[in-house]
Amino acid sequence: MPIEVNGVSHETDEEGYLVNLADWTRELGEALATEDDCELTDAHWEVINFLREYYEEYQIAPAVRVLTKAIGKRLGKDKGNSKYLYELFPYGPAKQACKYAGLPKPTGCV
Amino acid sequence: MSDTKKFLFVNRKAPYGTIYAWESLEVILISAAFEQDVSLVFVDDGVFQIAKGQDTSDLGIKNFSPTYNALGDYDINKIYIEKESLEARGLTVDDLLKLTYEDEDDDWAEKDSIHVVSSAELVEIMDQQDVVLSF
Repeated sequence: MPIEVNGVSHETDEEGYLVNLADWTRELGEALATEDDCELTDAHWEVINFLREYYEEYQIAPAVRVLTKAIGKRLGKDKGNSKYLYELFPYGPAKQACKYAGLPKPTGCV
Repeated sequence: MSDTKKFLFVNRKAPYGTIYAWESLEVILISAAFEQDVSLVFVDDGVFQIAKGQDTSDLGIKNFSPTYNALGDYDINKIYIEKESLEARGLTVDDLLKLTYEDEDDDWAEKDSIHVVSSAELVEIMDQQDVVLSF
């Protein structure tokens, strides 16, 4: 189902992930979250921006275990744990945050 | 996690031209995400998969070599390169990506993941595995 932002339609796959990574904008990220009734706060964006940087560097979206460890290293132990990340992204931090970040589903994510 | 098995992935082919290298890398990441004990071997033209300075812009294929740098994050730090394969191609370890990991038990010290081994040593490494998958 395509998602529309500012009158422009963007293709998504059957699970709602953006097909063209290059389409992504911050507004589009917000629109994708709104579809899930999720309002993005600064705490969400911290994780989303981290994922985009990780993808830029390694060309993959990290598995949730790797994400948790890396967030802990970058943003501190109080954020690098499952409880914090699942509170932000209840559908699974890697899976859900990647969707709003315009990235593919993490490799190995079921 | 119930059963951890020792998985060895043997990579034999050049990175582009066939899908083997990328498919192998995906299965490797999945295996590691499921917390298996993963080792990698690069032999024959497979050594080119982790060569430095890859540029695929004229191929129209994604350069996935940066992804090998993420292996350390996935706790994959046993990466074996066959010495004979490197020599036959006029390569040394300096022509390869510098793949490292941070050792949790040693105050997160950065350590090399790459080990150049002889063909004879590889036989022993393969012998210790539960599962060997060849790509």
